[in-house]
Amino acid sequence: MEYKGVWTLGEARDGEIKEVSFELLSRGRKLADKLEEELVSVILGDQITDQQAEELIKSGADKVLLMNAPALKDFIVENYSNVLQDLIAEYKPEIILAAATSMGRTVMPYVAIKTSAGLTADCTELDIEEDTGNLLQTRPAIGGNILATIKSPNHRPQMATVRPHSTKPAEKDESRTGEIVHLKLDSSLLDGRVKKLGFRKNEEDAVNIQDADVVAAGGKGMKKGENFAMIRELAGYFEGAVGASRDAVDRDWISYPYQVGLSGKTVTPKLYFAIGISGAIQHLAGMKTSENIIAINADPDADIFKVSDFGIVGDLFEIVPELNKQLAEEVK
Amino acid sequence: MNIVIPIKQVPETSNVKMDEETGTMKREGVESIINPLDLYAIETGIQLKEEYGGKITVITMGPPSADKALKEAIAMGCDDGILLSGREFAGSDTWATSYALSEAIREIGDFDLILAGERATDGDTGQVGPGIASWLDLTLSTYTSKVVDVNLVEEEEVNYTTVEQNSIIVERMVEDGYEKLELPLPALLTVVKEISFPRLPTLRGKQRSRKVEIPQWNLENLDLKEEFLGLQGSPTRVVNIDHPKVTRGGTIIDVREDGKVEKAVSKLIDYLKAKELV
Repeated sequence: MEYKGVWTLGEARDGEIKEVSFELLSRGRKLADKLEEELVSVILGDQITDQQAEELIKSGADKVLLMNAPALKDFIVENYSNVLQDLIAEYKPEIILAAATSMGRTVMPYVAIKTSAGLTADCTELDIEEDTGNLLQTRPAIGGNILATIKSPNHRPQMATVRPHSTKPAEKDESRTGEIVHLKLDSSLLDGRVKKLGFRKNEEDAVNIQDADVVAAGGKGMKKGENFAMIRELAGYFEGAVGASRDAVDRDWISYPYQVGLSGKTVTPKLYFAIGISGAIQHLAGMKTSENIIAINADPDADIFKVSDFGIVGDLFEIVPELNKQLAEEVK
Repeated sequence: MNIVIPIKQVPETSNVKMDEETGTMKREGVESIINPLDLYAIETGIQLKEEYGGKITVITMGPPSADKALKEAIAMGCDDGILLSGREFAGSDTWATSYALSEAIREIGDFDLILAGERATDGDTGQVGPGIASWLDLTLSTYTSKVVDVNLVEEEEVNYTTVEQNSIIVERMVEDGYEKLELPLPALLTVVKEISFPRLPTLRGKQRSRKVEIPQWNLENLDLKEEFLGLQGSPTRVVNIDHPKVTRGGTIIDVREDGKVEKAVSKLIDYLKAKELV
């Protein structure tokens, strides 16, 4: 049997299908159309309803492979990997896309080894090569200084992860129809070695910064932790998230989950505010693919201005309160 | 508790030259350092060794000069170093790299834990750590932010009629919080910065690292499938390299002299409105 079809690996938590699953479908639809093949959304979890699976079809899937089982409620890489290998062996997909999330970036390399598949991480662009039908995968590397295009000419499936929010979820078409295939878990595929003991949700005002459309980040120029209050206020006007540079995290002004950059998180929001951040290459690597970058900094030579769409050189303690004031009026 | 830590030597600067022909990185002539994110794995390993005993072997795949990275790790407190080096490894992608490293770790043999950095700052894939776990069928925790506890069953207590066995309890950082997992040993953890604060090499460590012999392993003395190595063993091919433009050439307003903060901010608001962001 030939390898055929494009798969997207959806994600769910507590029976709810996550947004990123729909983003993957817009990527997948484009590839499936070019190949004139089927787009399949594969989703593992527990208590995911058919009604929810229908949403995947409305968003572009021709077929949903849905596997519900209590043992799949939590993402345990060994279990998910065994199930996926089994499905790959049975259905032989040509392409598998997953999100570059803590799940996708864990299960995809685990599966790629077992299936001798080529895997490309964190792709920003995906396309089909005209003559060969190979998947062309473009990704930033070396701190975003290069964009490499990669293909796997002789191995199937071709696997890739794409950054969350690097594309919009597909528009829903209520009239679309497709097939939901209910798969039964073969319990011999459960690994059973790793136990999940608990889950602790992020504290404070933590919005997942990788999920946010707007990120307002502060750096060394903030001078102390209390001053992040104005960053929070700024983020609040956009229902966005707060971020920080490594300098701010290392000074304990804000905790590590907020860190943007090479040793923190990579974000690609629609709007990124860099406030009191000089723009060290390590920080730029984590945010320079944002759609719009606004910089506020006292140093006109700061590198952050080079990647900015709009910058104000001056005292952030004057500029940010003024910005908050004007935004408050706008929101009213 | 014996620990293996695969590390990578990466270029110090981000100005790396690419080989136009093979599409792989040119490493000559650039100052090299231990991948900064590997330092957290090394520190975690040393802390575990201090508490539970055992030894730490660091391993890397790279050119002969990569022994410098291994010596630096030894200077921090690791015990042994192994260098995978040879032409046959050139051009390896993450699939081939994790194969070679996992075979070398298999050869090292007696280990309870493998610790790896979350990803390397040059290739930036984060795939080799999970890849090694997959090759060796180890349990895996990625994005590990904390070692909560280690349960080691004493040798004389081992009772083969019970299922009790050595395990490690960790927290891993996910998008919206922290998962707590218990993994039986041997396990592989990839770690994030939050897990530890790397120490500096000590003078004694530096002296010791100078004396430590670093064996070089390759196809000659390690049982490896040649067809799994290097470019020929790699499923992926780099077909094009682009250098994206860094400068955006945006509007920059300087208010330091004129103090017209209000005006500058209202221009910013206009920009945000034009982009439909407010």
